[in-house]
Amino acid sequence: MQMPAPDAGVIARRDAIAARLSAALADPAAVITDPTETRAYECDALSAYRCPPLMVVLPSTTREVSAVLRICHEENVPVVPRGAGTSLAGGSMPTSDAVIIGLARMNAILEISAEDRLVRVQTGRTNLSVTGAVEGQGFFYAPDPSSQLACAIGGNIAMNSGGAHCLKYGVTTNNLLGATVVLMDGSVVELGGPMGEGAGLDLLGVICGSEGQLGIVTEATLRILPKPAGARPVLVAFDSPVTAGACVAAIIRSGILPVAIEFMDRPCIAATEDFCGAGYPDCEALLIIEVEGTAPEIEEQLTLIREIAEGFALLEFRESGSDEESRRIWLGRKSAFGAMGVISDYMCLDGTVPVSRLPDTLAGIGDLAAKAGLRVANVFHAGDGNMHPLILYDANKPGDLERCEALGAEILRLCVEVGGCLTGEHGVGVEKRELMGSQYAPADLEAQMAVKDVFDPGWLLNAAKVFPLAVSEARRGARRGQDAA
Amino acid sequence: MRPDSEDDLAAMIRAASGPLRVTGGGTRSRPAAGEVLDLRGLAGITLYEPEALTLIARAGTPLAEVEAALAAEGQMLAFEPDPRPGSTIGGVAATNASGPRRLSAGACRDAMLGVRFVTGTGEIVRNGGRVMKNVTGYDLVKLLAGSRGTLGAITEVALKTAPIPPVRVTLRLDGLDDARTMAAMMAALSGPYDVTGAGRLPEGGVVLRLEGLPGSVESRAKALSAALKPYGHAEIVQGDADFATLRDFAMAAQGPLWRIVLRPSQAEAMLAQLPGRHAVDWGGALIWAEAPPDWHPALRPGARASRVIGAPAMLPEPDAVTARLTAGLRAKFDPRGIFGGQA
Ligand SMILES: Cc1cc2nc3c(=O)[nH]c(=O)nc-3n(C[C@H](O)[C@H](O)[C@H](O)COP(=O)(O)OP(=O)(O)OC[C@H]3O[C@@H](n4cnc5c(N)ncnc54)[C@H](O)[C@@H]3O)c2cc1C
Repeated sequence: MQMPAPDAGVIARRDAIAARLSAALADPAAVITDPTETRAYECDALSAYRCPPLMVVLPSTTREVSAVLRICHEENVPVVPRGAGTSLAGGSMPTSDAVIIGLARMNAILEISAEDRLVRVQTGRTNLSVTGAVEGQGFFYAPDPSSQLACAIGGNIAMNSGGAHCLKYGVTTNNLLGATVVLMDGSVVELGGPMGEGAGLDLLGVICGSEGQLGIVTEATLRILPKPAGARPVLVAFDSPVTAGACVAAIIRSGILPVAIEFMDRPCIAATEDFCGAGYPDCEALLIIEVEGTAPEIEEQLTLIREIAEGFALLEFRESGSDEESRRIWLGRKSAFGAMGVISDYMCLDGTVPVSRLPDTLAGIGDLAAKAGLRVANVFHAGDGNMHPLILYDANKPGDLERCEALGAEILRLCVEVGGCLTGEHGVGVEKRELMGSQYAPADLEAQMAVKDVFDPGWLLNAAKVFPLAVSEARRGARRGQDAA
Repeated sequence: MRPDSEDDLAAMIRAASGPLRVTGGGTRSRPAAGEVLDLRGLAGITLYEPEALTLIARAGTPLAEVEAALAAEGQMLAFEPDPRPGSTIGGVAATNASGPRRLSAGACRDAMLGVRFVTGTGEIVRNGGRVMKNVTGYDLVKLLAGSRGTLGAITEVALKTAPIPPVRVTLRLDGLDDARTMAAMMAALSGPYDVTGAGRLPEGGVVLRLEGLPGSVESRAKALSAALKPYGHAEIVQGDADFATLRDFAMAAQGPLWRIVLRPSQAEAMLAQLPGRHAVDWGGALIWAEAPPDWHPALRPGARASRVIGAPAMLPEPDAVTARLTAGLRAKFDPRGIFGGQA
C-alpha cells in the first residue's frame, strides 16, 4: 500500500509538538509518544497495512479536541481521527508523521430524551452501548454494524456505517440528527438540529460518510426508536445462489419490507458449520429473513414470504419457534467472518449492486473467481444489494495476495458496471482509494475534493485517504510547500 | 432560457454573465433576482425498476408524472412531498420537500440515492448512484438536497421508492388541549405501533396514521387505541385523508406563513404563543403557523424557524462557522456567483 512520504520536518519536531499538546490537556498522560504504546495504533482491522503514528492524543472534551487541532494546525501536522479502530478500509491507519486523535475517553451519555426520542452521546461511545443506555426505557439505536460491540459512534458517522437491520431502519446518516464538529483549525460548530435540519445547507449530511477528512465529530445526537413488539427470523434454503438472489428481488417487489434479508452461499455455510455448528441445511445458498411485530403480525408477513419463496424451488423453509431457535438461525450468519478466518486468509469486499442484478452479479463473480483460480465465499446484506464477497487466499503463498487484490478490483468493477458502487458501508479508506476513478469521473472527484478544500484548506486531516493519491497530490503537496516556506 | 439537454444547460451556464435563477415548475421558489433558467426541458423518467425500488428521472420531470408511474406499479415516494400543481422532481429535490411520513420514512434527502448537477462553472458532476447503500466518496447528494439551486442546477435525481401499503387507517382524538395533544402523540410514538404520521389538524384533532398489511394494521390500531385511553376515545377512520390536509397546509396558507422545526418537548410552549391558524406535524417537530407580518416566534435553544410565505426571514441567524462553511462551498461550486441567492 503506497502512502505519501512522511514529512521529515514534522518527525524531527516530535518532542516539541508533544510538549505543546501535553500542556494543552488536563491529563499530560493523554499524549502518548512511547513507541511500544503507539504500536497499538499502527493499523485498524485492515491489518495487512501498518505504520506507527508520530504520537497518539486521547482528549477528554470537545474543548481539548479543539485545542489539540488548533496546535496541529499551527504546527502543520497531519492528523488522523480514530474511534475504535475497526475500519476495514484502513480509514484510521496513520502515517509516521501523523498525530492520532483517539476518542476512546469520550464515551459519556450526555442526554436521553424519551419525549424527543433522541440520545446525545460523546462519539467515543461504542455503538451497542448506546442501545444499552436507552433500552431500559423501551428504545434502541437502529444502525447495527456486526462490529457493534467494539466500534464507536464517531467511526460509524465517519463511515456512514450500516448493519443487518438497515433495510428497514436506514444507515447512520438516516439516524443522525446532529453533531458537534471540530474543524482542523480548532473551530467548533453544531450541525443538524430538530429532525436533523440545520441552518441552510445540509452540512451534517456531508460530514456523515466523510471518513474523518472534514472534521472531528465529538458529540452526536442520534434518533432512537421504540423497540418492536417482537422479531422472528426464518431460514430459507435454495439449490443455487442465483435462485436465492432472484427470490430476494421477488420479496422486495412484493411490497413486504422485512427488517433484514441476509444471504450465505455454500462455502460460507460449510465454514460456519465447522466453526459453530449452527445446524444449517446442506444447500447451495440460504437466506435469513427477519420480520418484526406482534406474533400475529409476524405470522402474516411470514405467510406471504413463504408463498413467494415457494415459487423459487426452495429446499427448506425453517421458521423459528423459540428464542433459542432464533438464536441458532442467526448464529451462523453472525459467526461467518470469524469462521472464514479460521479456514483461510480472506479479503472482504463491500460493493453494492441493484437488487435486481443480484443473480447475474453472483454468477459473474463465480466466473471471475474461476478464471483467477481463487475461491470466493458470499455472505451479505441481500435486501439492499450490499454484497460481501470474501476472496480466500494464502498469505504465505508468494503472489497469492496480489492475485486476490487483482480479483477484488475486478469484482468491484463488475459491481460498478451493473449500476452499483465500490463500497456500500465499509468506506474507501486507503483500500479502495485507487479504484475511485472506475466509479467517478475527474470532475466528480474534483467536486468532492472542493468540499475538503473548504473544511480543511491545508489538507491535514486524514488526507491520504479516499482520493487516488495522484489525484489529491497537488492539494496535499501544497501543504508541504507551505511547510518548506 | 430553457435548455433541452444537460450539455445545453452547461453551455448556457458557462456563457452566462449575470445572475441566473434555476427553476422547475416555480412552485417552491422564493423571490430572487436573475434570469430564469427553466429546467422543464430536461424531462423524462430514464429508469424505473420496481423490483429494485429505484427510479431515476431528469430534473424537469413533473412530480405528478413520477407519482403516476410509481402508482401504476403499486409504489410511491415514501417522503410524501406536497403535490403542488406543476412541481418538478428537481424542485422537490432542491427544496428537500418532505411531508408527514418524514417522521418514520425520512425526508426527501433520505430517499435520494444519486444526483447529477451542473456547477456555476458549467461542470457536469455526478454523485451517489442508484443503489440503496453507497458510501463511495463524499455524500454530495445530501449537500445538493435542499440547496435551492445555490450550488448547482440539479439535472437528474435517483430515488428510492417504496411499496404503497395495502391498508391505511387514521386514529383521531378530539378535544385535547395543547399539553394533552403533545402527551398523546408522545405516547403513540414511544410504543411499538409503527406510527407513520402524527400531527394535529388546523381545525383541531390529533391524527395518527398506521399503515401496512391488513392484520397488522388492525392489531396495531387496537393496541394503540388502548394505549390512548387516557386521552379519550380514538375514532378509527379508514384511509389517511387528514394527512393530505397536513401535507398541503403550506399550499393552502393565507398570508405570511412560518415553518418552525423544534423538539417535540418544546412544542407545547410554542403552540401557546401562536397568533393564528396553525398545524402540527412530525409528532410535534414541525409547526406551520400563519401570523401577521410583524410577528416572530420566540425560539428555545436548537429550534429553527423560517418565514416561507411573506418577507423571507430565518431564525436564528446561522452561526459564524456555518456561515463561513456555507460561503466557502458556494464560492467553490459557483465562484462567479451566477446562481442568485435563494438559500
Ligand atoms: C468484524 C467486523 C465487522 C464489521 N461489520 C460492519 C458492518 O456490519 N457494517 C459496517 O458498516 N461496518 C462494519 N465494519 C467496519 C467498521 O466496524 C465500521 O467502519 C465502523 O464504523 C468503524 O468504527 P470505529 O470506531 O472502529 O472507527 P475507526 O476504525 O477508528 O475509524 C474509521 C474512520 O472514521 C474516522 N473517525 C473515527 N472517529 C471519528 C470521529 N470522532 N470524527 C471524525 N472521524 C472519525 C477515522 O479517521 C477513520 O477514517 C466491521 C468491522 C469489523 C472488524
